Amino acid sequence: MSREAFETVRRLRFEIFRFNPEDPESKPHIDTFEIDERPYMTLYMALNEIRETQDSSLQFDFACRSAICGSCGMMVNGRPALGCRTLTVDLSETVHLHPLPAFKLIGDLSVDTGTWFRQMAERTEAWIHEQLPFDKDAPEERMSDDLADAIYEGDRCIECGCCVASCGVANVNPDFLAAAGLNRVARFMIDPRDGRDDSEWYDVVKGPDGVFACGGMMACADVCPKALPLLEVYAYLRRRALGMKFLSD
Amino acid sequence: MTPQLITTDVLVIGGGLAGERCAIEAAAAGQEAMILSLVPPRRSHSCAAQGGMQAALGNCVKAEGDNPHVHFLDTVRGSDWGADQEVARIFAEEAPVAVRELAHFGVPWTRVRGGKNKYFIRGESVEIDELLENDGLITHRDFGGTAKWRACYAAAGTGHAALYAVDSEVVRLGITVRDRVEAISLIHDGNRCNGVIARCLRTGLQFAVMAKATVIATGGYGRIYGGYTTNATINYGTGASLALDTGIVPLGNMEAVQFHPTALSPSGILITEGCRGDGGFLRDKNMDRFMVEAEPEKQELASRDVVSRHMMQCIQDGNGIDSPNGRHLWLDIRHLGEKHLTTKLLEVFDICRDFAGINPAHDMIPVRPTQHYSMGGVRVNKDGEAYGMAGLYAVGEAACWDMHGFNRLGGNSLAETLVAGRVVGARVAEYASGAILQANTSLAFDALGAAEQRAQALLAREGNGRSVYEIRDALGEVMISKVGIFRNGADLESAVSEIKGLIDECSRAVLRHKGPGANPELAFALRFPGMLRLALTVAMGALARSESRGAHFRTDFPLRNDREWLNRTLAHWQPDASAPTLSYEPVGLIGLPPGHRGYGSDERIEMDQSVGQYNDAVVDAQESAGRLASVEAMGSRLPQSEREAT
Repeated sequence: MSREAFETVRRLRFEIFRFNPEDPESKPHIDTFEIDERPYMTLYMALNEIRETQDSSLQFDFACRSAICGSCGMMVNGRPALGCRTLTVDLSETVHLHPLPAFKLIGDLSVDTGTWFRQMAERTEAWIHEQLPFDKDAPEERMSDDLADAIYEGDRCIECGCCVASCGVANVNPDFLAAAGLNRVARFMIDPRDGRDDSEWYDVVKGPDGVFACGGMMACADVCPKALPLLEVYAYLRRRALGMKFLSD
Repeated sequence: MTPQLITTDVLVIGGGLAGERCAIEAAAAGQEAMILSLVPPRRSHSCAAQGGMQAALGNCVKAEGDNPHVHFLDTVRGSDWGADQEVARIFAEEAPVAVRELAHFGVPWTRVRGGKNKYFIRGESVEIDELLENDGLITHRDFGGTAKWRACYAAAGTGHAALYAVDSEVVRLGITVRDRVEAISLIHDGNRCNGVIARCLRTGLQFAVMAKATVIATGGYGRIYGGYTTNATINYGTGASLALDTGIVPLGNMEAVQFHPTALSPSGILITEGCRGDGGFLRDKNMDRFMVEAEPEKQELASRDVVSRHMMQCIQDGNGIDSPNGRHLWLDIRHLGEKHLTTKLLEVFDICRDFAGINPAHDMIPVRPTQHYSMGGVRVNKDGEAYGMAGLYAVGEAACWDMHGFNRLGGNSLAETLVAGRVVGARVAEYASGAILQANTSLAFDALGAAEQRAQALLAREGNGRSVYEIRDALGEVMISKVGIFRNGADLESAVSEIKGLIDECSRAVLRHKGPGANPELAFALRFPGMLRLALTVAMGALARSESRGAHFRTDFPLRNDREWLNRTLAHWQPDASAPTLSYEPVGLIGLPPGHRGYGSDERIEMDQSVGQYNDAVVDAQESAGRLASVEAMGSRLPQSEREAT
C-alpha cells in the first residue's frame, strides 16, 4: 500500500501485552484496541490516541518522538523497533505489541533500559580514561577529521535496547554486553584520548560476557534503528582480541 | 522499596546537559550529588540538539578574527538588548573552555581539514583553503545572527554526542541518578529551599529528598503549546512551575518564546539551523528565495525570530504551499549533495526519510515555524541563585539567567548548558560546602502529606467533563493561535480569559483510571495545572508588554521601545491567587548600547536617558535588592575602548 493512497480508512486493531507489576490484581494478558488509521500515523500517535481515548492506564515510553532519544523500543509484530518512527502504513491491520524482552518490565510496553545501560557503562568503564587532567587554558588536542568521523559513527548508538532484545545470547545471559555494550567498548578503543592499553581491555572484550559470547546470528545488525555497522564492530573487536592474545603470549 | 525520606548534599532536578554538568561540578568538589530525572538521563531533550554549540575558537577561515567579544556582541544583538549583558559576557568568555572540556570528555567534534574545502555561502558554491597549520583543530559551521562561523558540531548530533560524553562523566564520578522520578513540589520554609517532594514514575510512590542545595534543571516549557512544538513530550516546564508555586521565587520573561523557522511540517520535528548554515535555502510556492529580498545581508541566516516572522508573513501573503495539514514552505538542501547530507547532516537525512518519506538530496523539505525554546524561566542572578530563596538554583533552559533576552541565537543554548553548568555548579558546591543540611523532617513530612492529599483528592474526584488530555489539546490551540509568532492585544486578552477558563475546568477534571502504580494519567493530571499556570503567565506577560522585542512581536505595537520596555518581566504567583502578579526590573548593566541588530527592522523608540543614567539606576536597584555581592562590576570587565564608547 502506498503512503499517499488512503482511499479507504483502515480500522487498525492493536493487540497489546498488558501487565502492571504494581497492581496485585494484574495478570499478564493481551488487550485489544481499535482505532482509525490516519495519514502518516506512527505508533507514537496511535498509542497516545489509545491511551487518551480508550484506556488511560496504558503504559509506554516516548520522549523525543523523532528517533533520537531511544525511549520507545518495543516489539512490533515480534521484532524490536522504535515506536515513534514506525509508520502504521507499513504494518498489517492487526498489530501485535509487546515490551522488549531482556529488560526488566515496568508495566505494559515500558521496560527499564536505564538501569541496564548504566550498569553496562559502569562495567565497561565507558568513559574516557584520560591521560592528563583538563587544562582550561590549553587549546584542544588535535585529531584528524576522519578519526573524529569514525568515533562519531560509534557514538551514534541511542541505547534504545533493540539489539539487546533481539539477541539470543542476551536473552539467556543477562551479563552479555550485547551489541550496544560492545559497540560502546569499540568506540572508546579507537579513541586515542582514552589511555587504556590492551591489557586493560582484555577482560572486558575476551571474558565470558564479551565478544566471543556472541552466537553470530547478528540479529542486532538487522534491527538497529541507527544502522550502526555492528558486523564491523564485532569483527574489529575479535581482531583486536586476537592481537591482544599474541601480545600477551 | 524507596524510603519516604532520603538526603543528599546537592540535589539536581533534571538529567540533561545543564543539570548533569552542574552535578559534576558539585561532585568534583566533594559534595554528594543526586540527580532526579523523568527519563534515563541520556534520553533527556539535550540529546535532540542537532546543529552546533557556539564558541569563539576562530579555527577555520570563515571564523578568522572571532573572539569572545564578537560572540558577546552577537548574543546581545540576538537578544534584541533584552539580555543581561554581564551574563552574556561571562558566557561568551567561558564558551571556548566548555567546548574544549567536552573534547576532553570525548566528544568527537568535527575538525578542520587543512587544504581545499567546498562550502555554500549566500547561495554560491565557494572553495576555501583551510590553513594547514589549523588541521585537526575543532572547526565551525555558520549559524543565524552571527558575524563569524562559530558553531562547533558533531554532524547533526551535537547534543547527543555532548550528552553522552557528559553522562559518561556522571557515571565515572559515581553520581546517583534516579531516573523515572518527577519532582512535584519544593520543600521550603519561605526563606530556604530544603529539597523536593518527588513521585516515582515506576511505582507511583511519593517521597521526600532533602538537600543543602537544590538545582532546577528541567528544561523548557514548550509543551504548553501542545503538539505545536519541536520539544520532546517531556518538556513540561516542571521546574518553572515548582518555583512559581512557592509564591516567592519569580519567573523571568516568560513571554519570550522562540519559534524555530524550520520544523518539519506537520510533525513539528526539528530540522537544524545547520541546514541553512551549510547553505540551504528557504523557498515559497513559486520557488522564490524570499529571504534574499527580505534580508539582503543575512538572507536565510538572520536570527530565528526574524526568519520565522518573514516565513509566517510569506505564508499569510498566500505564498505558502497548501497541504492537508495546513500551509508550509520549503527548505531546499538538495544542492548540498548526498555525501554532505549523509555525513555532516546525517540526522536530518534520517528524519526526512523516517518522518516525511523523502530523500533531501532529491526532495525539498516541508517546514513551518514551530515553538522551540523558552527564553523565560526561573529568574536567577549571575550565580544561578533563584531570587528570594536561599539554597535554590536554576540552570540551563529552565533558568532565566539571562543571556538570551528576547531571542536566543542558534547554538547558544547548548553552550549555555555547559557554561552555566560549570559556573553555577561551582557556586552550588561552594554554598553546599558551607551549609549544613537542615534536616527539618517535619517540614518534609508536611510537604509530603500535602502532596499525598493532592493525589488522593484527584483520584477521588467524580463527575463528567473533558479529560486532562482534551484540556491539554485545548490549551495548545489557544497558545499557538493567540500567543504565537504574531501577537495582538485582542487575541492576548482572549487567550488570558480562555486559559483562566481552562484552569477552572482542570480543577474539576476527572481521571478515567484510578488504579495503583505509575498511573500515567495521574502523573499528567498532577503536572498539568502547573503547565496551565505557566501558560497564563506567558499570555499575561505578552499582553502587558506593549512593544515588540525579539521573539515577542505585537502587531499593534510593532516597534522595539527602549524608552519604556528596556526591562525584564518578573512574575510571582501569590498563594491562592488566580493569576500572576507582574513587575519589572532593568535588563542589567549595559555595555553595548541599544541599536540596530544588523537584521530585521531598524526602527525603534529610543531611550530617553543616557546609558550612564540607566546603569546608575541598575546599580541602585541591584544594591537595594542585595544581589550584587558576589559579582564584580561590569565596568571592570569591559575593554578600555568599549568603556569609552559608552
